[in-house]
Amino acid sequence: MLDGSDFGLQELLLMARGAGMTLMITFWAVLGGTLMGVVFGLVRSVAPWWINWPLGAVLDIFRSVPLLIQLVLVNSFKSIIGLDVSAFVVSCVVLAFYTSSYCSEIVRAGVQAVPQTTRRAARSLGLSYWQDVRVIVFPIALRVSLPSWTGLTLGVMKDSALVMWIGIAELLRTSQVIVTRIQEPLLVLSVCGLLYFLMSYPISRLGAHLETKWRDLD
Amino acid sequence: MTYTFHWYPALQALPEMLAGALVTIEVALLSMLIGVGLGIVLALGRNSKNRLLYALSTAWVEGARNTPALFQIYMAYFGLGSLGIFVDSFPALLIGISFNNAGYLAETFRGGLRAVPATQTRAARSLGMGAPMAFRLVVLPQLFRTVFHPMMNQMVWAILMTSLGVIVGVNTDLTGVTQELNVLTFRTFEYFSMAAVIYYLITKFVTLSARAAAARLFRY
Repeated sequence: MLDGSDFGLQELLLMARGAGMTLMITFWAVLGGTLMGVVFGLVRSVAPWWINWPLGAVLDIFRSVPLLIQLVLVNSFKSIIGLDVSAFVVSCVVLAFYTSSYCSEIVRAGVQAVPQTTRRAARSLGLSYWQDVRVIVFPIALRVSLPSWTGLTLGVMKDSALVMWIGIAELLRTSQVIVTRIQEPLLVLSVCGLLYFLMSYPISRLGAHLETKWRDLD
Repeated sequence: MTYTFHWYPALQALPEMLAGALVTIEVALLSMLIGVGLGIVLALGRNSKNRLLYALSTAWVEGARNTPALFQIYMAYFGLGSLGIFVDSFPALLIGISFNNAGYLAETFRGGLRAVPATQTRAARSLGMGAPMAFRLVVLPQLFRTVFHPMMNQMVWAILMTSLGVIVGVNTDLTGVTQELNVLTFRTFEYFSMAAVIYYLITKFVTLSARAAAARLFRY
């Protein structure tokens, strides 16, 4: 494809497949992580301290231990208890918990950003507790949280590169394999970086766009 | 479950692992120092009217923020070799993390600079301060206040990122040492649990001391 280079269509297709794997893991991790994160975040913003404190401490572990170590630990623990699941499932589960830990903080910050007076006003207008949560808290909190959430999604996509360590051929690992074969690291890695950039830049622009757009509405 | 845990050999390896933890902290601190220095330069470059400076620093910042840290370490380890610059795995790790830190911190500093209103400088100048003095006594303390927390977060990130060195063959930091022990004994779970606990303690120490420092520094 390129003159004087062994990098051809076949290599590009392999890398595209690797990128597909990266996107797939990111998708499941963000989906699971967001669902769990919303639940944890809501619980943390209403629960009494004796639930809030231990839950916060557990979630904090996912942010304080390197993801690589979390992956290795869960992967080896899975073998110890003889659970027959693939490395793909392990990666998605670990990344989902990792995501949920950050997401719960985002949700909590969003809920806390809704002024107490606004909620009281809603209740005095006759809205029930859940109506208040649904039509008052949710829209305001979403607005505060969404930019951070897009940032989190991007972060998870980048961190998903680490799953190569437990044997998954995602984009970076695929690139490494191609580098070993055709011995042109700079070229292959540049293509790899470009693919990562192409995957993350649109989302990052969207996040920035929403942030400025919604700031103007205030 | 037929597996028996062997915690004793893992505990015996504790001194080795703590020595590794020291290397981890050193790399993180060093990468932060480099990152802060370069980050300030990049932040100024991003605000500069010079097209070339702006383009270069923007490319750096976007590259650092939109690709995985591991990719950046790979670039230093495999990529620089193509340019005839051969780096060992340890410097590659340091280069990768510093590159990443600089990119993120540049945006932090840029935001911090924006948060100090220009009227502050003008007020200081009209009180008779020279430009450097106004910057040092009026702008800098306020800037420091806004960038302190993001900087401490980045420090935690730097500590966590050092664990990636093992993938390019670093064997002296905490993860590297743990992996060496793991390869020798195949007691993966025990050794990596210990490493996890040590990492947890390091990051907790950093966040708690940052909180204490902030409470003391920003009392007013």
